Amino acid sequence: MHDMSAHVTQHAPPTSFIRKHIFSLDHKVIGKQYYGMALLAAVAGMFLSWLMRIHLGWTNYAIPGLELLSKNGAPGNVMTPEFYLQLMTMHATIMVFFVLTTAPFAAFGNYFLPIQVGAEDMPFPHFNMMSFWVTFAGFLVLMSSFFVPDGPTLGGWTQYAPLSAVGKVSGPGQGTGVILWATSITLFCVGQLLGALNFITTTLDMRTRGMSMWRLPLSAWGWFITSCMGLTAFAVLMPACILLILDHVAGTSFFVPANLVINDQLQPHSGGSTLLWQHLFWFFGHPEVYIAIVPGMGMVSHVLITNMRKPMLSHRVLVYSMGALAVLSYMVYGHHMFVSGMNPVSSLAFSFPTLVITIPSTILVLIWLGSLYGAKLRINTASLFALGFVSMFISGGVSGFFLAQPSTDIMLHATYFVVGHFHMVMGVAAMFGIFAGTYFWFPKMFGRMMNETLGKLHFWLSFVGAYCIFMPFHYLGLAGNVRRYQAFVNDYTLRLIPVHRFITVAALCTGAAQLIFLYNLIHSRFWGEPATDNPWQGTSLEWSTPTTPPPHNNFGDKLPEVFHDPYQYGVEGSTGDYVMQTSPEQIKGAIDEA
Amino acid sequence: MATTTHEPPKIEEPRDPARLTGNSGNGGGRTLVPAHGDMRAVKDYSPPPASTGIWVVVASITMTFAALTSALIVRQGSALDWRHLDLPRILYLNTVVLFASSIALEVARRQVGAFMGGVRDQVASPARWLYITLFLGLLFVAGQYAAWLQLRSQGLFLATNPNSSFFYVLTALHAVHVLGGLGGLTRVIRRLNRSILRKSTLDATSRYWHFMDVLWVYLLLLLWMKL
Repeated sequence: MHDMSAHVTQHAPPTSFIRKHIFSLDHKVIGKQYYGMALLAAVAGMFLSWLMRIHLGWTNYAIPGLELLSKNGAPGNVMTPEFYLQLMTMHATIMVFFVLTTAPFAAFGNYFLPIQVGAEDMPFPHFNMMSFWVTFAGFLVLMSSFFVPDGPTLGGWTQYAPLSAVGKVSGPGQGTGVILWATSITLFCVGQLLGALNFITTTLDMRTRGMSMWRLPLSAWGWFITSCMGLTAFAVLMPACILLILDHVAGTSFFVPANLVINDQLQPHSGGSTLLWQHLFWFFGHPEVYIAIVPGMGMVSHVLITNMRKPMLSHRVLVYSMGALAVLSYMVYGHHMFVSGMNPVSSLAFSFPTLVITIPSTILVLIWLGSLYGAKLRINTASLFALGFVSMFISGGVSGFFLAQPSTDIMLHATYFVVGHFHMVMGVAAMFGIFAGTYFWFPKMFGRMMNETLGKLHFWLSFVGAYCIFMPFHYLGLAGNVRRYQAFVNDYTLRLIPVHRFITVAALCTGAAQLIFLYNLIHSRFWGEPATDNPWQGTSLEWSTPTTPPPHNNFGDKLPEVFHDPYQYGVEGSTGDYVMQTSPEQIKGAIDEA
Repeated sequence: MATTTHEPPKIEEPRDPARLTGNSGNGGGRTLVPAHGDMRAVKDYSPPPASTGIWVVVASITMTFAALTSALIVRQGSALDWRHLDLPRILYLNTVVLFASSIALEVARRQVGAFMGGVRDQVASPARWLYITLFLGLLFVAGQYAAWLQLRSQGLFLATNPNSSFFYVLTALHAVHVLGGLGGLTRVIRRLNRSILRKSTLDATSRYWHFMDVLWVYLLLLLWMKL
């Protein structure tokens, strides 16, 4: 008979290659798989943006080899207008879903949430494994649309009906391309719902002894709040995508109105509502913005505190603010629809919470800046990217005030002003959060340090580059440069071409700077300087694992016990200016929030 | 006739109350240390993830059907092609079958609970009522299929009009979730037969199953009022 009196782990360490590295149940491996997928997706998404930027700066320039990507879309290597729109749609879909959602939330959350709460794994490891593989299947389905005859959909990542629901007649890729897109997103939603189930139960039920909710690090709070948003947002997008697929394949009329004529063809649909799609989409779409950014807020706060060697001005207010963002994010979605023909009273109703949501955002910024004031910040790549995050969040957020009001939004909505706004606040800020997390946790994940010199070079090129790309977008928007157009040939937009060319050069250089990151990542993985268990002198549980990287069950034979708040810095501890959460030693003058 | 004998497992001591008080976290793992080192101890040594998890699932499914409800209301309000649809009578019978399955599951849950508590019944397998639940669940899905066949025979297909579209979408999505519940029940039976069932798994499965009832009644009322 087996001796079962010893501690039994949820699942035994795998022995075969497939169970260890491919169909793994270990949250750490699943986290790395998500990271790998996000990296792949980011490279693909960035490559597509390069092609678009070259076309916008030098319209009709033959990009060598473009024909390989699509014969119909780039005859003679010159991009057709339709192909531009297909690239734009794919760039946005890949980036929003498969990079900005998966990397900060699913990748880092999977790896570090169970460790930070002091658990040996997530409670439903099979669902966790399914979560990744279903998401990855979604990614493959999306990318497969490059290989169907008409190519991917050109309807934009928002897939506004009715043009997204009537099939080929509305453009190349609008038939099979849309079906593949909607199938991909449906799979993605299923994957993220399974993930959210695990994240929520891990946080609520798997905390180790002594780990109260208020003793959770801010990064764990970020992932928890995000998973609550994901649970409700993806549950709405999924049925919307199913209805969209049915309009295509079954001839239903959920989103296509009666008597619709497209390209001189009367559509065989009746009575659908085009606004219905927008309502369902944006009910997901706006929380999605926060799904992308809130994990970054948590991670960046965690990184900043560790490098400031002091806690934030208020741990609780910061958590409440992230929670307020999550709740309000459902009430503001209509601000994406100010120009949709919606009732003006509705616009007013959505404008108010949109302005209100700036309050928790501002509180967050004030806490970060107030905490940084007077702090002796350790300057390393992770803290630089964290500062970059705060900078981008402020710069991108300020333009939100103008867009929150229907009267100014009507002017700016269809211009590059909006492109600049969301790229800075959601795209670049979230990316900087991912980078901060990568440089900070890489030693724990792989047992080696990343190269700091290359890291700092990567930061400065990315930081300056991102401002060079996205600040001029605001100027273009104010000058009336419409967005989503593939070329600018009017008198007034022709004058703006030099700005576009400047942006294109900046985008190419900033993109090239990411190669430094890729090199650093791969080189450090194999040849980096070996890392100690706690290279940043952190206090939270990920720095208490018995080995680096952590063992299969994270903490060895005994789960840790927690005695302190997560950020006991600037105190006199036996090991220096900090006391680990697991250290039972008394701290003089410490105020325990738990 | 062959009889299955199940030896009642040992009664497990209650979980350490210190772990359950206040905000102090609950132990970090699923604490899969069976009482007295015996894997047959099937008492509730699994802490709450299963029960929290099932509420998370319920919340998610509720959101999905809330989205579809709002879609139905908006679609009805924006259209001139909304027609009345007579619901197939068999739906009412299916409702009774689904309720009966829930009652059977409750009986099963009590029997399994008593079995786990050490009340010995050498002849009757506690899985018997679970099999009845499984059968009634399958009967419900078959009944729903019969309802779709009835509509088809009237010439009402998925794309015939918005009413039939919503009917098929809502009932099919509900049936898919019921099938998921049947999968869960099958897993419960398998684990019970191998004496590795955790009570929290059974409780979570039954909560999900009862939620399918509630959801179905809601859908039936919605379809009855709106179609």
